[in-house]
Amino acid sequence: MAPVAQLDRVPGYEPGGREFESLRARQFYGLNMDKKFLDFEQPIAELQAKIEELRFVGDDKTLNINDEIKRLEKKCTLLTKKVFSNLTPWQVTQLARHPQRPYISDYIEHIFTDFHELHGDRHYSDSPEIIAGLAKLDEHSVVILGNQKGKSTAEKIKRNFGMAKPESYRKALRVMKLAEKFNLPIITFIDTAGAYAGIGAEERNQSEAIARNLFEMIALETPIICFVSGEGASGGALAIGVGDRMLMLEYSIFSVITPEGCASILWKDVAKAKDASSVMGLTASRIKELGFIDEIIPEPMGGAHRNIPQNMRTVKERLLSFIVELKDYSIAELLEDRTEKILQYGLK
Amino acid sequence: MSWFGKLIPQKIRTESSKKSDMPEGLWSNCSNCKAVQYKAELERNLFVCSKCGFHSRIGARNRLEIILDHGSSFEIINDLVNKDPLKFKDSKRYKDRVVAAQKKTNEQDALIVLKGKINKMSVVVAAFEFGFMGGSMGASVGEMFVRGVRAAIKRSCPFIVFTASGGARMQEGVISLFQMAKTSAILKKLNNNKLPYISVLTDPTLGGVSASLAMLGDIIIAEPDALIGFAGPRVIEQTVRHKLPDGFQKSEFLLEKGHIDMVIDRRELKDSLHSILMHLMSNKQQNV
Repeated sequence: MAPVAQLDRVPGYEPGGREFESLRARQFYGLNMDKKFLDFEQPIAELQAKIEELRFVGDDKTLNINDEIKRLEKKCTLLTKKVFSNLTPWQVTQLARHPQRPYISDYIEHIFTDFHELHGDRHYSDSPEIIAGLAKLDEHSVVILGNQKGKSTAEKIKRNFGMAKPESYRKALRVMKLAEKFNLPIITFIDTAGAYAGIGAEERNQSEAIARNLFEMIALETPIICFVSGEGASGGALAIGVGDRMLMLEYSIFSVITPEGCASILWKDVAKAKDASSVMGLTASRIKELGFIDEIIPEPMGGAHRNIPQNMRTVKERLLSFIVELKDYSIAELLEDRTEKILQYGLK
Repeated sequence: MSWFGKLIPQKIRTESSKKSDMPEGLWSNCSNCKAVQYKAELERNLFVCSKCGFHSRIGARNRLEIILDHGSSFEIINDLVNKDPLKFKDSKRYKDRVVAAQKKTNEQDALIVLKGKINKMSVVVAAFEFGFMGGSMGASVGEMFVRGVRAAIKRSCPFIVFTASGGARMQEGVISLFQMAKTSAILKKLNNNKLPYISVLTDPTLGGVSASLAMLGDIIIAEPDALIGFAGPRVIEQTVRHKLPDGFQKSEFLLEKGHIDMVIDRRELKDSLHSILMHLMSNKQQNV
């Protein structure tokens, strides 16, 4: 962290002024990569910067400012609660896409054990856009798979920003068939802006790959839990999203297309994405109201990325409870319920 | 009416509306080769250009009329009310768009489903009306598709769909997305009953419709030169940032890449469908 004293020499510096605060905040989160703030979180960021700064000054024994720090921390908690109690769909979209939002790789690290990654569709490629493998959730062996957007630039490129290609879906289906054969429950992690739109993807029949997964997942003879952890957009998300239980993380989104895509088609202007998001009904709460998901998993205050351990504990606990619950059903019951539920979609 | 018109006594006035009763023109230009054709002749030719073979888009009713034996069909009536739970609004309200589309096409929504016969063989046929909001699939289309397949299962007969759609209907948000799963689910039931499902892809078939019911046919047929794909060409061009090769995502391209079984001329489609279904149904008893 840069010494506060240096800021005194920054042109335009005004003690306590807004310029100072935002500058300080920017410096603060610029230096602390684990706490990236979104635009609507600026007041929180500024308050946090102030607290950090006081802590720094607090080392100076001549001042006792612990009370002030406590007061500000309380204020910060209240402010965060206030901001997060009334998020717009666009703000939720930003959180769902937060660069520090946990990905399937984080869930693998934190809540599963004995993970063995399984590669490839057996026809064309490794398909790293979707991670798949065998894992243990406590004592339960399961098959997990899901979109991985990638963290570093190199990983993002390798994973095609989490946009799956036909071979990615075929790999997913291959691994799901494996789960079916050995009676392993499946957990899918959905986090994608959509299926990849490219020449090669079309040449290898993106449409068929998605359609095939929908068609097969409906009748897959093993329990399937679908968990939207971030962004679930278009048929590209649904292609690993047909199952017995559908869960969404509190600030995740699920939609027919990204708000940008919707805006560019209906408004003929990508810049209208915010407007589009407000009418698309893409938040977990709205989708729960519409009856398409079974449960919303609450996130730590400020979003999953603000408190990864807490988020992992909650998600693990909920996934476990659904794994246990689904074990009570016969396969015939599961398939009947799964199909009938899907056939009711849109009738309410 | 002009001030002059008003002066003319009513009995000898010529009502201006009568002008529109005049035929619009007996001739039309092929939009592909520009050849001039006699309209009645073009209609007899099922809107296929007799010079270059270009297949013009046709409406769902026309399509069904061409395929089904005359007087054999019963419509599965669409009595669904569009509920618009999202209260969706872009530059116009979705509700208003639906009303406008209903007025324009005289249809309830974008999928028309008929029970009927093809050369005396019982079938259920569904056809997308592209004129109704780009043939997009929302809750109504999804449910009508399910009803059509259910009717086919009940009659133990084949189910045929003619697709012409831009994809899922964005104004219905996630509801339209889930219609992809819904139509696939009912096709699984048809599949379990071992009844044939033939999808005939016509210009254009894209997005959520392509990535669900269109690509699940036991036999997949396309009309010549139809645009078929997951992402539209403009979207792909924006992604890859260069021009797409000629014929990309056209029927013949899909045939070459192994995505579809055959490309069939509209004028031969009915007999081909009948012949294929005779093979697939040769060991089945139909409940007519």
